[in-house]
Order: sequence, then C-alpha cells, then structure tokens
Amino acid sequence: MVDRHLAHSQSVQAEEREHEADHPSSLVANFGADQPLALDCGIDLAPFQIAYQTYGTLNAARSNAILVCHALTGDQHVANIHPITGKPGWWETLVGPGRALDTDRYFIICSNVIGGCMGSTGPASTNPATGRPWGLDFPVVTIPDMVRAQAMLIDRLGIDTLFCVVGGSMGGMQVLQWSVAYPQRVFSALAIACSTRHSAQNIAFHELGRQAVMADPDWRQGRYFEQGTHPHRGLGVARMAAHITYLSDAALHRKFGRRMQDRDEPTFSFDADFQVESYLRHQGSSFVERFDANSYLYLTRAMDYFDIAADHNGVLAQAFRGTRTRFCVVSFTSDWLFPTSESRAVVHALNAGGARVSFAEIETDRGHDAFLLDVPEFLDISHAFLQSAAAARGLTPVRS
Amino acid sequence: MSVQQGVLPLNGQQQAFNPLNFRGDHLLVAQMVEPGSKVLDVGCGDGDLLQLLESRGVDGRGIELSREGVNHCVAKGLAVVQGDADTDLVNYPDDAFDYVILSQTLQATRQPKVVLENLLRIGRRAIVSFPNFGYWKMRLQLLVGGHMPRTDNLPATWYDTPNIHFCTIKDFVQLCDEINVKMERAVALDLYGRPLRFNAPWWFWNMFGEQGIFLLSRGQQR
Repeated sequence: MVDRHLAHSQSVQAEEREHEADHPSSLVANFGADQPLALDCGIDLAPFQIAYQTYGTLNAARSNAILVCHALTGDQHVANIHPITGKPGWWETLVGPGRALDTDRYFIICSNVIGGCMGSTGPASTNPATGRPWGLDFPVVTIPDMVRAQAMLIDRLGIDTLFCVVGGSMGGMQVLQWSVAYPQRVFSALAIACSTRHSAQNIAFHELGRQAVMADPDWRQGRYFEQGTHPHRGLGVARMAAHITYLSDAALHRKFGRRMQDRDEPTFSFDADFQVESYLRHQGSSFVERFDANSYLYLTRAMDYFDIAADHNGVLAQAFRGTRTRFCVVSFTSDWLFPTSESRAVVHALNAGGARVSFAEIETDRGHDAFLLDVPEFLDISHAFLQSAAAARGLTPVRS
Repeated sequence: MSVQQGVLPLNGQQQAFNPLNFRGDHLLVAQMVEPGSKVLDVGCGDGDLLQLLESRGVDGRGIELSREGVNHCVAKGLAVVQGDADTDLVNYPDDAFDYVILSQTLQATRQPKVVLENLLRIGRRAIVSFPNFGYWKMRLQLLVGGHMPRTDNLPATWYDTPNIHFCTIKDFVQLCDEINVKMERAVALDLYGRPLRFNAPWWFWNMFGEQGIFLLSRGQQR
C-alpha cells in the first residue's frame, strides 16, 4: 500500500518534471533557428530556450543587474517557492529584500543552465526533429556553453554590463568563465567555493555518479521517458555519493554521530540503522523527484571538462590579464571538494593579472554546502563586497 | 527566516573619514604615497591604513595573514587577500605596484631580507615601518632589567611574540645598503608617533626613535 502510494507520487512528480522541461513555471526566452547556440563540441543548437526567474526592478540606466549562476543540482528558482518540491528558494539566505543580493536594490536574474531540466533546453526537453525527448542525442555541453547561452539571454533582456555575476560551485565556475569570456560585461564577480578547473578527484566522484545512473536497468540507455521508467535508484545512489562530498567529516559527526534511527539496538540487517544512512537515503530519494537523470550526466560532464587555463596556453594568469572586473573569491575551511588551495590559485592568477581581488576563507565545519547555508560571516562578506562594488558603480540605494 | 545580526562591521563606504582617527605612523606613510597610485599593503591588519589610502584616491590592495583580519578588510569593501608575506610575494609579477607597504610587519617575517627584496621587485617603491629595537627604553630594559624588553606598542612576552626578527634603525640602514636599496626618505617617530627632528644624526634616531619609517627605491645597478 505504502509502496503503491510512493510509486504513484513518484510518477506524478515524474510527470511534473517532464512538463517543466518543456513548459517551465518560469519566464522563457526562445531562440529560433536564426539564433543558434554555438556549442564547444562544434554543434549549433537551434532552436533552444532558456528558462529564467527575475527579482527586483531593472533601473533606467540598466546598471543594477545581477546574474546568479546556479550549481550542479540547482535551478532558476533562487528566491521563490519551487514549482515541484514546494520548498523555498535555494539561496534565500543571500537573495531577498535587505539581503546581500538585495531585491529592493538590484535586478536579479537566474536562468536554468543549458543542459538542465527545469525549462532550459536539455536532454529532458523535446527534440523538435523527432518529437521525442533528446535523451543522449542531446549534444554534450560545457561551462562556456552555459555562459554563452546566458549572454544571449542578457542580450535579449537589453542589458549590456552586469553589475555582478554571482555563484557557488558550478555556479562559481560560470562566474569565472563570464569574467574571462566577457570581461567588459562583468563589473564585479563573486566566485564562491569553486575553481578554474575540475580536479581529478572531483572527476572521479562524478564518474562514480554517472556509472551509478547508467548501471540502473531503468535507465534504458537514456530512453526511460518513452519506456515509462526512471532510474531513480541509480540517480539516488549518485546523489548520495555526491552529497557526502558536499559535507565534512566534522559536520556529519556533529549532526549524526553514530546515533541510531528510531531504534536502540542494531537490527543485524541492512536496514538504515544509523541516522546518517537514513539521512542519505532521504537525500537520494528527494533528489530524484525533481531532477532528470540524463541532465545529471550532462551537467557533471560539463564540470569535468572545465579548465580555464587550458584555453589560455596553460597559463591561468593570461586569462585574467588586464581585467577591470572587481573580484571577490570565497572559500570554506572544511570544503574538501573545492578546497581553499583551489581558490588561492585563482587569487594568485588574478593578482598576477593585476585584478582588484578580495579573498576570504570562512571558518566553518559545514563543508562545500556552506555556501548555501546561513553562515553569517560569508553572508556579511558578500554583502560588504556588493556594497563597495555598488558604490564604485555609482548605484544609489533605491530604498528610503 | 530572520535576518542575521552581522558579525563583522559593515562600515565599508558608509564610514565618515576623520583623519584624527588614524594613527600617526599611518598618516606619515600616507603622505609618502602619491595620490592616484597603485599600492599593495603587505600585512594590512584590519585595513585601517588601506582605508586611509583609498580615501585619498589610491588604488589599494592588501595581503593579510590572519583570517580574521582579512574578513574584516573584505567586510570594509577593501581588496584584501589572505596570504603570507614570506611565501606569497613571489606570486606577484615585477612592477605590479607603484608602492608596496610593509607597515610594522618586517620584524614578524621569517626572511626579512627576501621580503624586502620582493617588495622592491613588485613595487617601484617600498615604504617600510618597524619598531626600533635600539630605542633607549629597550636598551635600558635589557641593560638594567636583564629581561627582554616590552613596551606599550610591543607588549608581547618573548615566548608568545610574533616578532621574530627585531632590528634597530641602524641595522635596517645597513641591510638596505647591503642589498643596494636607495633610501629616499626616512623618518623616526617618538613614543607618541611624532616625527623626530629631521636633521638629527643617525645615532640620535637610533636611540630616541621608537619606530622608523622609510621610503625606499631600487638603487643604481652595481
């Protein structure tokens, strides 16, 4: 009975998810055959669409726009109720009235990345050539492709220069890519818990996740939509493994220790005896409700391919030479996915390139996920960085 | 969700600048910097000097070792990065700045000579200030008291002091000569941060100067 109920709710959510891919509960910018997206793999993607949310008001000078770039499993719903999960926006600690990204002061844009599953064209979208979901026929996209698509959206919105580009993790990669690809269009850049290249360890974790998805018999070579299945077990395992990398040993110990879940004694079975197991299973199952398995493959791949220095003769500093963008780089002490050493390498390159850069390492035991959480020191630094950038940009507060 | 009480002062651009709030040695350093120039402050602490410089139209950057100091600076809207003078200066290219400032930090570096050489590689000029260990009160404490000197400005005990390479004004002048550094300006300050008579002889400065401030440039190629 419970299982049937669960299966029913999962199928409802699967329908919602499929619906969101083509008809998102967001604003949509359509790009026709005459405006293809030139992908790094050599393919021109057309037509395609970008789903996005905005908050606040664009000023008359069009100088107060902030682009928020979301992370691997994020989406455009930064500061509103999520259409599928019903949960609050994923970055309401940072975005909102009076927050660091003050919606009373700035015009905030967040778009679903190309390759995503919340309304921007991706593997879950319908391929106009076949009338079926793209699946693995969707071309492999990169971080620069995502940024190129965002730039087309910004053009469409009539914005020349972004006041700030902000993001953490994969979002931070996009921030750095923006500052390298369009230095004139980025007044300031806030790159959090990220890197200019994906490390071997991180690629390894991603490969683990992809293999888990593809090993699920319900994956059906990526054709699960047509065959009425969904690789929720494989994607769930991928999420569980990834989620461990977003936390830290100390945080897991503090939150769960070796405590048991609703029982005093071990069951001598493979039930979720420990709280930490139960927590991870929950993370896995709630994730599959809202995320497309193929999209997970594509986006992890995009991160793996990311390497700014490789595109600049192996010299990272060359990428930032002569930049006038104001940078703020933030890392967290317990983040072992994108450790401080990665941020420091970015900072050294920015310094060598003569950039105006601030760099703060925040002490916390909350691991990589800290950028999404209520970490006051991080929020204050973000606030102060934007304040000083706003003063330099001549943005006056609109609130009385 | 409630808005969190900030843990850092958010006084970046809003703070009114009152020169009277600034330390005497900071004001003297600031006077040595030409407006509109690009400056790196190595060991910038809480960013007070950088704020003073930026209020005078200087494009300022900072390096600070302590995470707390960096976060305070960034919260003030300053471009400061966490780093170590001993290890991180090598990452900066030649001639990246008009001035590189080392304020009250030289004595805390592991390799003062290497640091000094780096300052004048990165910057066309360097401004260095440090406490003078030849100050008469220091000498007296060692001579009469027989213990390592402590003053109001240097209150740490020998076992917990971060200052591992104390020198006198005389020592510093000698080092500059050794590594072919040209001294463009020199000021010695008394205990209250007031400059001593500029035409006093070196021995007088070395005895009565509580700290020294030097504007340096690269010497002639030998």
